[in-house]
Amino acid sequence: MSLSPELSLRKDDPEPFLQVTDLAVDFATADGSVRAVDGLNFTLERGRTLGLVGESGSGKSVTSLAVMGLLRPDSTTAGNARTSGEIRLNGEELLSAPARRIRELRGRTMSMIFQDPLSALHPYYSVGAQIAEAYRVHHKGSRKAAKERAAELLGRVGIPRPRERADDFPHQFSGGMRQRVMIAMALVNDPELLIADEPTTALDVTVQAQILELIADVQQEFGSAAILITHDLGVVAGTVDDVVIMYAGRTMETAPVDRLFAAPQHPYTWGLLGSTPRLDGDRRKRLAPIPGSPPNLLEPAAGCPFAPRCVFTDRVEGDACATDRPAALPACHLAPDDRDALRPSSRKAAS
Amino acid sequence: MLRYIARRLIGMAVVLLITGAVTYVIFYWMPSDPARLSCGKPCTPETLHQVRAYMGLNQPIWEQYWHFLEGLVGGRSFGIGQAAAQCPAPCLGYSFHQSMPVRTMIGTAFPVTVSITVGAAALWLVFGVATGMISAVKRGTWWDRGATLLSLTGVATPTYLVGLLGILLLGFQWRLVPVNGYANFTDGIGPWASHLILPWAVLAFVNAAVYARLTRSQLLEVFGEDYITTARAKGLPERIVIGKHSLRAALTPIATMFGMDIGLLLGGAIITEKVFSMQGLGYLLLQGVGQLDLPVVVGVTLFSAFFVVAANLLVDILYGYLDPRVSLA
Ligand SMILES: Nc1ncnc2c1ncn2[C@@H]1O[C@H](COP(=O)(O)OP(=O)(O)OP(=O)(O)O)[C@@H](O)[C@H]1O
Ligand SMILES: [Mg+2]
Repeated sequence: MSLSPELSLRKDDPEPFLQVTDLAVDFATADGSVRAVDGLNFTLERGRTLGLVGESGSGKSVTSLAVMGLLRPDSTTAGNARTSGEIRLNGEELLSAPARRIRELRGRTMSMIFQDPLSALHPYYSVGAQIAEAYRVHHKGSRKAAKERAAELLGRVGIPRPRERADDFPHQFSGGMRQRVMIAMALVNDPELLIADEPTTALDVTVQAQILELIADVQQEFGSAAILITHDLGVVAGTVDDVVIMYAGRTMETAPVDRLFAAPQHPYTWGLLGSTPRLDGDRRKRLAPIPGSPPNLLEPAAGCPFAPRCVFTDRVEGDACATDRPAALPACHLAPDDRDALRPSSRKAAS
Repeated sequence: MLRYIARRLIGMAVVLLITGAVTYVIFYWMPSDPARLSCGKPCTPETLHQVRAYMGLNQPIWEQYWHFLEGLVGGRSFGIGQAAAQCPAPCLGYSFHQSMPVRTMIGTAFPVTVSITVGAAALWLVFGVATGMISAVKRGTWWDRGATLLSLTGVATPTYLVGLLGILLLGFQWRLVPVNGYANFTDGIGPWASHLILPWAVLAFVNAAVYARLTRSQLLEVFGEDYITTARAKGLPERIVIGKHSLRAALTPIATMFGMDIGLLLGGAIITEKVFSMQGLGYLLLQGVGQLDLPVVVGVTLFSAFFVVAANLLVDILYGYLDPRVSLA
């Protein structure tokens, strides 16, 4: 953790490593246009980790796909997404970059670890072949060298007997081992940006911690920047530097991780914290899920998207919560003093 | 693996036994009498009796089938004395109409059927899969609609109609190819292929449609899979994402259907052979039924059934190789 973690979140830094500005993603569906990401902003510096946190459906995966260029119309099967805004990586704008350039960056400069390694690995190719292939797209060199490299990476992520296991198929690995394979594949070209989309949700609890640790380790070793996507604030606590809280495709608040836990600003964040299990806390205390359900993205709210589920709207003058979109972050109409007064007793999250 | 194959082979034998028995039974349900057909004129009761005995028709049906099976294993002879006809093992029966063992007839007819099958199958596989790929990649566009229309036409049009149209246009109108008949492969590859090109094209047109539809639907399903997103996320170019990762995943059901279709076609393409007057297995079977030539019908039916059953087994074994998650046990 650096001395002034806020730095990485300031928008006016000269050329941050990754800068996402006013990102919006719409999906054309049979029922109408779905706005999955709605004016998202964040920045990320080299060597740091950003946590993207929100409930299911808040647009976390869509954001990561947009950064990877996987929603672009030029990939044959992307289908129905329309993306606007700016994504700058090393100062280069990605949304308007030609397809060839994006292919060069994908898997080499930026790579991704998916949520469910069983479905994200090809069932008919050996894991070694899949990793070697990822290497060979971006490097000249012999098949043998690529195979070597694959085995080396498999060893690095903690697969025993990597040389032999490289010939096995994904279904022959356990869930945790499969996710290690996925991580090896993402790292094979020394990426500068690593995106992990809920990398541990498909795994059981004991394996989760190992995988998170592995990701943190390799990120340190490779010096990459990372985006860790999760719906679980408990996961974020020990692993990331900064947090972006997302709801309905928008940023609700953003803060360095310590400050987020010490003084969360947005009622939605309070709700998330209240529904996060604590490993160190009082086990008799019931977890309180946020009442209500995520909003209908077909008809984006005019005001704060969280207002219908928020219990503090009556503390705001008039009906600003329902009609006005909060202009600044934290995206909440409550006065700062009110927020301090209303915040549930400050608590440390699981770590 | 060996135990699996052994078990399957026993199963195959049982299926073939039943197929043979069913053929016998059906044949005996038919009201006409093959002996009377061969009896000649005038047909006195004595001659009829003699013919029956000679053809073995005076025995009960199950005994006839038993003798047939014996002949299959050890060979047999028909009639007695000088008139006896020899049929060495494996004897598939003896045609009294043609005065020769059924096996000999199959021996002449089978190369025709194989020639038709091999060429047609290669054509429809290539064109069907290619069309399906184009449809899937360009789904919703005019390419897709055009391919769909062509496919539906192929599925909906009867083989004989396509065949007759082909003969009319390519054969008579434009005189591009011979209209019927067959040239042996040994007579040179040119005449062989030129006689076959029409039946190939017709069978390919009718079958490619099914493969195009299957390929399209399989590919569209695969395109939605996470591992295809992974392939793109690795930076692979579209041609590899589609031509390698997607096609490989879509291949299993296509290969399965292909194996079954080849097995089926090796048993004789009845309509195609009829339309193009080619004397393959289908023609043989049709002629056997027309002449009430029981040995030919039983022999060809079993021979054809063998290919269907064998294709079934081969496809299942192939499946184990195509999908690493399947283990044969
Ligand atoms: N291809 C698509 N077409 C239409 N709507 C989509 C598409 N992809 C995503 N969405 C919608 O966008 C919204 C955000 O989805 P996203 O997958 O980003 O959520 P998430 O935050 O990753 O949730 P989870 O925690 O469940 O993974 C959802 O409401 C989803 O239904
Ligand atoms: Mg997601």
